[in-house]
Amino acid sequence: MKFEAVIGLEVHAELATATKIFCGCATKYGAEPNTQTCPVCLGLPGALPVLNEKVVEYCLRAGLALNCRIADFSKLDRKNYFYPDLPKAYQISQYDLPLCRDGFLTLASGRRIRITRIHIEEDAGKLIHSPEGEGYSLVDYNRAGVPLIEIVTAPDLATPEEAVEFLEKLRGILIYLGISDCKMEEGSLRCDANISLKPAGAKHLGTKTELKNINSFKALGRALAYEIERQSELLAEGKTVKQETRKWEEAKQRTLPLRSKEETQDYRYFPDPDLVPIELDPAYVAAIAASLPELPEARKRRFIEGYKLPEYDADLITGSKHLADFFEAVLKFYFSPKAASNWIMGEVLRLLGEEGLTPEALAVNPAHLADLLRRIDAGEISVSQGKTVFEKVFRTGASPEEIIRAEGIRQISDEARLRAVVAQVLQTYPQSVHDYLNGKIKAAQFLTGQIMRETKGQANPQLIKELLAEELAKLRP
Amino acid sequence: MRVSEEEVRRVAELARLAFSEAELRQLAGEFNRILEAFAKLNEVDTTGVPPTAHVLKVKNRFRADQIRPSLPRPEALRNANAVKDGSFVAPLVME
Repeated sequence: MKFEAVIGLEVHAELATATKIFCGCATKYGAEPNTQTCPVCLGLPGALPVLNEKVVEYCLRAGLALNCRIADFSKLDRKNYFYPDLPKAYQISQYDLPLCRDGFLTLASGRRIRITRIHIEEDAGKLIHSPEGEGYSLVDYNRAGVPLIEIVTAPDLATPEEAVEFLEKLRGILIYLGISDCKMEEGSLRCDANISLKPAGAKHLGTKTELKNINSFKALGRALAYEIERQSELLAEGKTVKQETRKWEEAKQRTLPLRSKEETQDYRYFPDPDLVPIELDPAYVAAIAASLPELPEARKRRFIEGYKLPEYDADLITGSKHLADFFEAVLKFYFSPKAASNWIMGEVLRLLGEEGLTPEALAVNPAHLADLLRRIDAGEISVSQGKTVFEKVFRTGASPEEIIRAEGIRQISDEARLRAVVAQVLQTYPQSVHDYLNGKIKAAQFLTGQIMRETKGQANPQLIKELLAEELAKLRP
Repeated sequence: MRVSEEEVRRVAELARLAFSEAELRQLAGEFNRILEAFAKLNEVDTTGVPPTAHVLKVKNRFRADQIRPSLPRPEALRNANAVKDGSFVAPLVME
């Protein structure tokens, strides 16, 4: 029997506010343990939370960008559970009246993935478990109270690839909105997935499992693929899937059930009496809607239409806000969109990849790449020399001019001079000339290499190609 | 509505509280007296009255996103039963 997967995601993004959701403690990542806490986020008796206005604004930005309906009335609720990462023994979240509902995000295929809700809540602290057998956990409450939005999709995703595409697109939007830095490796973007299978074409949903501990895009795709296979095997054997939470084990590339209590959790949600309701003024919501920046899809279309970039280029470059910003900054200095795009997709991404860096870490001055492109177009240096220069620009931050001067890099485009070199090389290697004239086209590569050697790599490659062809043609019997 | 001793046991478990059988019996009795008092409210006709999320009339109380000094760490850790590496020590918890 053929099965179809039904996948929904729950995505948590840490908001890029300066302070926590209910107190003025800083949210800086990587601070010494328990140096960013106060009576409010430690849950000390008598301390009262006050909602950070930026958290509401950021959540609305996300909601508006994802085509949601914005609630005119919303409130905060307590979600009760006991775990040492939660100093109050409840998490302040939103239960039945989230700030945003009923949105969608469109995939490249045109499929709309519905977004059920987006709500605000506080993050929990961080636990570090003791070495085996020592029996304690260390608790750091710096993260307790850091603002999060939780984005919940409808079970509209059909494949692991769609889930990964959704998460990548969502991440792009949140970064473009400037509301989260979405670093999965630092936990500022986290994703849980619900997945069930049903016979192809069937209407009713099967039993789902919830997958946790997914900490990269790759892990999301693999965990879902693993789960599809596991559930298919069970169903094919006539067994049933158990509804449970499973943990993705990166090292073993598999999911395992989390040890769970037999009884289902009961969070006993109720409105937080310490926080007053939120009533949104339509004018305020409209002002936020008007202030939304250009989003990845719109920017991609503008790159295709305005800069005449192929869709592939536009998609790849606008996929990272930082890369797209860099691209447009290069164009401000030297307007050659396709060349700039080629260099970014080629050399820039190659060098970033070699260093294991993400596009966000790109530190090249856009004026430097622009200057390099201009020099190549002017024939001052060749493309291959340009690549050598760019690698140094990338690694040292020096300008192309400094590198070209220091290394004595230049291109010889003097036709008479190069023709003399070509003639000399043809005389020195008669066998290669003979081979070429007898149909061994490859011999030309050897001859080109020798010409480059004679000119210490400075010959204009395009000119060499033409001159070599001309001189060889003259030798044809 | 009445609660049984079993339901009291379940709520106590969720709240991480342990009670003896005698205590559970006593609590169930007390809960039921409280619930009876609340049951009186059900006699009021609330047709057309919107549900209340909050008893105060105040709405939209926000603070600006401005950093304020946090507690010095020794102060933050002062109530901890045990401290190690600048952190609270809790009994081992595994998911």
